[in-house]
Amino acid sequence: MSSIDAPNPYQTQTRPQSQEAVFPLVNYLNKTGGWKSWLLTADHKRIAVLYLITTTLSFLIGGLAAALVRLELLTPQGDLLSADGYNKAFSAHGIVMVFMFLVPAVPAVLGNFLVPLMLGAKDLAFPKINLLSWYLYMIGSALCIYAIIAGGVDTGWTFYTPYSTTTNTNVISAAVGVFIIGFSSIFTGFNFIITVHKMRAPGLTWFRLPLFIWSIYATSLIMILGTPVIGITVLMVAVERLIHLGVFDPAFGGDPLLFQHLFWFYSHPAVYIMILPGFGIISELIPCFARRNIFGYSFIAMSSLAIAMVGFFVWGHHLFVSGQSPYAGVVFSALSFVIGIPTAIKVFNWTATLYKGSISFETPMLFALFFIGLFLVGGMTGLFLAAVGLDVHVHDTYFVVAHFHYVMVGGMMLAYMGGVHFWFPKISGRMYPEFLGRISAITIFIGFNVTFFPQFVMGYMGMPRQYHEYVSEYQVYHVLSTAGASVLGLGFMMPIVYLTYAWFFGPVAGPNPYRATGLEWQTSSPPVTENFLEIPVVSVGPYEYSQFKEDDEVVHSR
Amino acid sequence: MNPQVPSDFEIFPVQASTVAADVDLLYISMVALTAFLCIVIPGVIVYFSVKYRRRPGVPRPPRMGTSLVLELTWTIIPFFIVIGMFFWGSHVFFLQTTQDPNALEILTTGKQWMWKFQHKNGRREIQDLHLPVNTPIRLKMASEDVLHSVFIPAFRLKQDVLPGRFSYLNFTPNRVGVYHLFCNQYCGTSHSQMVGKVVVMELADYQKWLGGFTGDPPEKVGEALFTSLACNTCHTGDTGSRGPLLNGLYGHKVQLQGGNVVTADDNYLRESILNSQAKVVFGYQPIMPSFNGVVSQDQVNALIAYIKTLPAGQDTGSAKNTAAADANGGVVMSPEDQASTTALNNASITSSEPSGDVRITSDSQALQTAPNSSDIQTPQDNTNVTSSSVMQNQDADTTAGEAASPQPTGLDTTTTTGEQQGVL
Repeated sequence: MSSIDAPNPYQTQTRPQSQEAVFPLVNYLNKTGGWKSWLLTADHKRIAVLYLITTTLSFLIGGLAAALVRLELLTPQGDLLSADGYNKAFSAHGIVMVFMFLVPAVPAVLGNFLVPLMLGAKDLAFPKINLLSWYLYMIGSALCIYAIIAGGVDTGWTFYTPYSTTTNTNVISAAVGVFIIGFSSIFTGFNFIITVHKMRAPGLTWFRLPLFIWSIYATSLIMILGTPVIGITVLMVAVERLIHLGVFDPAFGGDPLLFQHLFWFYSHPAVYIMILPGFGIISELIPCFARRNIFGYSFIAMSSLAIAMVGFFVWGHHLFVSGQSPYAGVVFSALSFVIGIPTAIKVFNWTATLYKGSISFETPMLFALFFIGLFLVGGMTGLFLAAVGLDVHVHDTYFVVAHFHYVMVGGMMLAYMGGVHFWFPKISGRMYPEFLGRISAITIFIGFNVTFFPQFVMGYMGMPRQYHEYVSEYQVYHVLSTAGASVLGLGFMMPIVYLTYAWFFGPVAGPNPYRATGLEWQTSSPPVTENFLEIPVVSVGPYEYSQFKEDDEVVHSR
Repeated sequence: MNPQVPSDFEIFPVQASTVAADVDLLYISMVALTAFLCIVIPGVIVYFSVKYRRRPGVPRPPRMGTSLVLELTWTIIPFFIVIGMFFWGSHVFFLQTTQDPNALEILTTGKQWMWKFQHKNGRREIQDLHLPVNTPIRLKMASEDVLHSVFIPAFRLKQDVLPGRFSYLNFTPNRVGVYHLFCNQYCGTSHSQMVGKVVVMELADYQKWLGGFTGDPPEKVGEALFTSLACNTCHTGDTGSRGPLLNGLYGHKVQLQGGNVVTADDNYLRESILNSQAKVVFGYQPIMPSFNGVVSQDQVNALIAYIKTLPAGQDTGSAKNTAAADANGGVVMSPEDQASTTALNNASITSSEPSGDVRITSDSQALQTAPNSSDIQTPQDNTNVTSSSVMQNQDADTTAGEAASPQPTGLDTTTTTGEQQGVL
């Protein structure tokens, strides 16, 4: 808790060597008790914890569906699941992972927890709307889960018409669920935007904002501009099913391509909703563990905004072979290549930040470095898909599956894991087990590559996605992939177990276990409900690691 | 026959179309670039990580400045690299989508969960597709229900198949063999069963394969339908008839109610049959009933094939919609995609084929051609030039002049291009 007269609020207080960390007696976790105090809370930190629990449950459900899919694909014949069962399994995997996990995870968990703390604010601008957005998320998710349990949905997460308007599965409840989750996104987004604009601490100018805030801000822009489109689109699917309004189905006079345009107008920017916050996390982790101010701060910040903007003009690359005009295809190809530039800028700047740093390899840093490697592959293969002539061959094959898993899992999920480990001491007040953390990071990295790299090869060989049965020549790649998936699953289960244990029994972290800059480290861990006893005043940029003295040893008491 | 597939742990599918090598070259180049970056960038990261690892007692590094030069360098260089990739990718795309006006058109229908193909002479097949090698092919594709997609990995090509409109896949197979055909757009329960074989054969084998068929070609079926569905009662061409005459319509511009002008292509004809009120020709009332649900996709194909064969300017009423268009907006009925040699070849054929209906192909060979009013052939009639000519010439070759027409026997495409004026 820094005071107004401190010369540099980012700087930790001078502390005696080997000061023993003490768990704060009063904090946001124990201030009030009982389930009501959680379910009716307006505290952004508690809402973040609610999101952490519920999105983790979603991740487990989506992971279970993925396990079914991978097991079925072990052999070319359909032996574990029926054809419909398989279709419902991959649809459940997609719907749960995209709408219930990837989109809300970083913004709603880490964003909720960190945005006010990083801004030196006491809460978000609209705490009750923040709680409302969690309830909307829960209602929408409940509808989606209901759709999956009560008979299932077999449209895939993309709900392509006219299949989705004619199949006799639970499309309506899933569509309404996605519609409601969309409102949760919109509310979260506009809450963040207003908070960033209006509630920054004194002296915290735009270019002193942590890059995590910049990326959350860009993400929020996409959320409020894009989500309404997907909302109304899936609602129209539901309406067309109910009253046969001819919007998408040619049988009623609709246009089957219209859905794809509307769907991807949101869903491609949604990819950036998922990955931009990941970029933000990496931009926090690398300076901290390299003890270096980030290289090219303003280029990284502006590239987030550029991605958010250009991201709205590339949706047509999902329609290269859908029947849109070839000339439209070429234009969308050019725009899709352009969006590779701001992404490349980030990668180069992160790498440059390491130069002449003082680098240590705690679990979050391992995740961050693995992220750069995997995201590099994910991003480069994105260029393959932007090249129209190549996309014509690999479109909707396992090449695409591998590409977006490299971005979503190798990119976003690794960044999220890094972020969760990094801020776990702040959220829970306790340290995670470092050794297990490193083992988990390495397990995930290896398991991930074994799972998804063979899919690039298989995809170029022509293996279409969403196939229940397949011709036997692809089996070797599927076996590799399933083997890797079991390692990957183990890697993800480890943190769930040891972080749960550490939440209650881990060593006490102290306010700033990593000696990190950033306002969130200037308050106790876990913070008090009001975040800061005194509002901090900011006079320098966010990554002034050079102003630190020698590292103190932190002793984590039990 | 089983598809020719790599037996072991291979990473490239067989190249069996003219664009396959181009796609592979682009792919290999991009893989090389990716591999290079995946060695350099992680290599630098590992190097920094080792060299600048934290050591006890070493003070924290000083503040690092920014470098505009460096930022611009790694902005501008990737920019030029991706622009290069963009042009290369688009170039390959244009190779993939280039339409050969002489392509052999094969009607393709996707439905849950099978592929149906119909060849020029009317022969149908399900799931499997037989093709002649080194012949430009155009699949004219439509779906009867939901989205499907034709994907032939050995050809490095795919195209979605939509309900409610035609889409096309153009290619030239250049390697005899059997290849996979996948449905690549998720279409429900048995999506993964919607798999067939593409059998690429020598031209002679293909003709032999076709030859066994004795049924009617699509345009014949369409002609019968045109009567049985009573289309002919309105589309008479008489003064005051309720529907516009369809002769010579295909490929030309039509003026609609409200002033818009459209080209009467496959999709326009299809829409006018199935959703007849959508685009009403100028000067006519929207009274045509919708045939949505009345005619199947096959029947739509047959009707369009028949309408395509109707020659222009045949009788008195033929110019009615033309006149309407000309009078209301001065739309010029320009011929499309005319080879300059067409008229010459046309003339030579008409001189040798005095009668109206001509089957150019030899007797048992079932490459029937449409009725041909040769004496009024105009360039407009040749908008749908097909590669049947190639087959015809082959026929002429193999059957030693049994064919009615004295065609040159060379297989050279430029020679054959203009030869099939009998085929509409």
